[in-house]
Amino acid sequence: MATVVELPLETYQGLVEPDWCPGCGDFGVLRALELAAQKLRLPTKNIFVVSGIGCSSNLPGYFHGYGVHSLHGRAVAVASGAKLANHELNVVITGGDGDGYGIGLNHFIHAMRRNLDLTYLVMNNQIYGLTTGQASPTTEKGHKTKSTPRGNVELPINPIALALVSGATYIARGFSGENKHLADLIAGGIAHRGFSLIDIFSPCVTYNKINTYPWFKQRVYKLEDEQGYDATDMQAAFKKAFEWDPKIPLGLFYKGDELTYEDHEPALKNGPLVRHPLKMDKGVFDELVEEFY
Amino acid sequence: MGREFTVGIGGAAGDGLDKSGDTLAKSVSRLGLYVYAYNSYQSIIRGGHIWLRVRIGEERVRSHGDHLNLLIALNQDTVERHAREVEPGGAVLYNSDRFTCERSLLREGVVGLPLPVNEIIKPFGRLLPIMQNTVALGALMFLLQLDFDSGVGVLSDTFQHKGQAVIDQNVKILRAGYDYAREHFVPLVKEAWKFSRIRRPFVTGNELYALGGVAAGCKFYSAYPMTPASSILHWMASHGEKCGVVVKQCEDELAVINMAIGAGHAGVRSMCATSGGGFALMTEAIGMAGMLEAPVVVVSVQRGGPSTGIPTKTEQGDLNQVFGASQGDFPRVIIAPTDTADCFATTVEAFNLAEKYQLPVLIISDLLVSEHPETIEPSALRHDVPIERGELVTSWPKDNSPFKRYKNTASGVSPRALPGTEGMEYVAATDEHDEEGILISDVFTSQPVRRKSMERRMKKMDGVLREMKPPALEGPADAPVTLIGWGSTAGVIGEARALLAAEGIRCNQLQIKYLHPFHAREITAILRKSKTLLCVEGNYSGQFARFLRAETGIGVHDKILKYDGEPFEPRIIADEVKRIVAGKPQTLDVTLEEAREMAYHYIRTHLGDAARPMKIEKADGNSHGEPVWLVEIAKRDTGEKSGELSIGVKTGAIYAWQPVGVGA
Repeated sequence: MATVVELPLETYQGLVEPDWCPGCGDFGVLRALELAAQKLRLPTKNIFVVSGIGCSSNLPGYFHGYGVHSLHGRAVAVASGAKLANHELNVVITGGDGDGYGIGLNHFIHAMRRNLDLTYLVMNNQIYGLTTGQASPTTEKGHKTKSTPRGNVELPINPIALALVSGATYIARGFSGENKHLADLIAGGIAHRGFSLIDIFSPCVTYNKINTYPWFKQRVYKLEDEQGYDATDMQAAFKKAFEWDPKIPLGLFYKGDELTYEDHEPALKNGPLVRHPLKMDKGVFDELVEEFY
Repeated sequence: MGREFTVGIGGAAGDGLDKSGDTLAKSVSRLGLYVYAYNSYQSIIRGGHIWLRVRIGEERVRSHGDHLNLLIALNQDTVERHAREVEPGGAVLYNSDRFTCERSLLREGVVGLPLPVNEIIKPFGRLLPIMQNTVALGALMFLLQLDFDSGVGVLSDTFQHKGQAVIDQNVKILRAGYDYAREHFVPLVKEAWKFSRIRRPFVTGNELYALGGVAAGCKFYSAYPMTPASSILHWMASHGEKCGVVVKQCEDELAVINMAIGAGHAGVRSMCATSGGGFALMTEAIGMAGMLEAPVVVVSVQRGGPSTGIPTKTEQGDLNQVFGASQGDFPRVIIAPTDTADCFATTVEAFNLAEKYQLPVLIISDLLVSEHPETIEPSALRHDVPIERGELVTSWPKDNSPFKRYKNTASGVSPRALPGTEGMEYVAATDEHDEEGILISDVFTSQPVRRKSMERRMKKMDGVLREMKPPALEGPADAPVTLIGWGSTAGVIGEARALLAAEGIRCNQLQIKYLHPFHAREITAILRKSKTLLCVEGNYSGQFARFLRAETGIGVHDKILKYDGEPFEPRIIADEVKRIVAGKPQTLDVTLEEAREMAYHYIRTHLGDAARPMKIEKADGNSHGEPVWLVEIAKRDTGEKSGELSIGVKTGAIYAWQPVGVGA
């Protein structure tokens, strides 16, 4: 990420206008990602945005960079492969709560264990939006949705606590209503070496009539504003991870300093795989064949 | 035909049979003989029956064959179950400290050769039980009149990492077995072998998928452990650092394939492998690779299905699944390697096709070709394989119109740019998209754009087909019978044809390697001239025969199918061809040999291995409504009759276990 000049924001804007519902939280997330890229002065050729399926997974198409709009739940896996193939890319994953905490949960947890240098933005609206309003893994207990007419009886996933126990090394929560703050969290996540989760309250104005902008605005506060909060203290982070109603913390919960998966991988010592020569060395090949005699 | 000899080694899993077989096979291959080995193993770590056959020939052997010339029995079970298979002139070599080999089990002209292992190894102090294998191997080297030094060489290489002391001890024990045999037995091989001393690699198909991959520049390999594909992962994991490959064991097969596609999309040659169950999980992503136009190579190693099925047994039953993988029409290639050496060549070819045509290439393998080791010609393995990456755009002038990743072209191939290239940013999407990659699935739906996108993608298949060599008929063109096979059955069908030719039935063979795209025109032309068409495949329903009819309109006259978990043998195919040619009906009755095996199964599951089947006779079933096999069961220790088992000849039902003195 060596471009010196800050590029105009339009540099990061895709050809196509988003087709999200007016007022959708995802607009704020897209803008925050653009701001973060601008702040970090990232050249567009080095940004690789991978998504799954869902409203929020349409994001790569609205951003200017490389990307893959993959399958429902598989963004983290696709991104992991791409990152290992070319670890000089800034790989950002975008998606929703259903995509990441439901159908793709397994990849999410294992990518954190590996501490791959990926930045995961989960636009958490606590509902399935694209499929018109069914319960999601983060839908609150008692919430009536199209698929839970008598009220949801399942406990919601706690993404922050889950990330803490799974080995992510940058764990934050943002709110699309707090654009600048979110942009800083995303920039911090991209700059961080290791797995970054940024869980983002991104209200669905069409299908979630409970967790709305006003609902969040009344409850959220920033960890940075709390005196003495230390984001390197995992125990403190755990405590904050379980704070919900009436006060919900935003900001950086935890930041660790661990080697990444890429640091451990011997094949990556000589630069990105994508630049390694394909031709096999005769001496090495002969040694490999010799084992068969 | 040059001379050949087949050794069977049987014992319990955990007896170290695979290692002994390996030492034997490598020893003879170093002498310039050909070897083909097959291990009928079970999905357990210790206990249970293991049955390894090593076929040795002066000329190339293409299956484990139909013969057994020497049986090395490491337990009583092996003697009982396999001694009667040894052919006249052969022998049963067994550890006489632990069990006996009854004369009654042996055919005329077969000798039992007791090996008092304890006495032989006494001078070496306390040894692990596994050392009985090395004693037997030494004796075997004498019986087969092999060059003792070749065995020493293999043991030295095998135990190199354990130090000279271990090597010396193993060689001493090998020598002791050899010397004992020289003093007490006569050689089974009377006439000296012609040792060409041409060194040939002794390898499995799985090792060659891996080696072919790294030779072709594979830099990313992902997998989730699954028999019988795991040995590719093991090879890759132990050689990844040396070859500069990132080897990733993933959380599930969904991650495996999606990571491989991510790596392939980012510009690295990537591969993954699994078996049917894992492939089932991968199917959605295979369609994604087709839609994103991301190159990836997937090896699916078939085992006995359905569901968990018989994990350590072979089958060709996943053809429908591989064909049916993923929704919609998308370009993809399906190749079934026809023998061990072909696994190397196929992998190299797969990578080139995957990148030139930007699509998933599916290699459909099976346990047989993936796991059995055999000697191959050294020339089959080359470091300087062709590497063709297809159209890659590496720079884009600033004043140009925007780069179109999915540009409509006559060939259907749109030049590719790798992420990280200046000025060519694009998003690859699984939603239908236009030339620039903009989605046409929601806001901008467009019928003509959709139509041309679909046609452009599918057009790539024409180019692929032109690159693939159409199959050719082997054997006499005017033969009255054509045997059709696909994938790994090439060798065994070839050997069956030789047997049949010797018995006056001339057959030719059409072996299919490229399943998709399919050379329908060429194959139709060949088969239209054929007289009797018989499809040989390792599954229940004749999946390939059905596919052949769909592609060519040609129905086969009959099918020779096998789905009991064990691979075809030449004699099995030859007998079936003879039956069909003679117009005799097929019988699915339980044979006498099968009745004995079923009795063993009953004994193991119900009588705790303390008994064994003795006399077997066919009888009226009376109340059972079908004839039955009456199997007399005797106590192992005393030989006293303990009861009788009746097994339905038609249905295979175990009707009754009648202990002696109880009931009737």
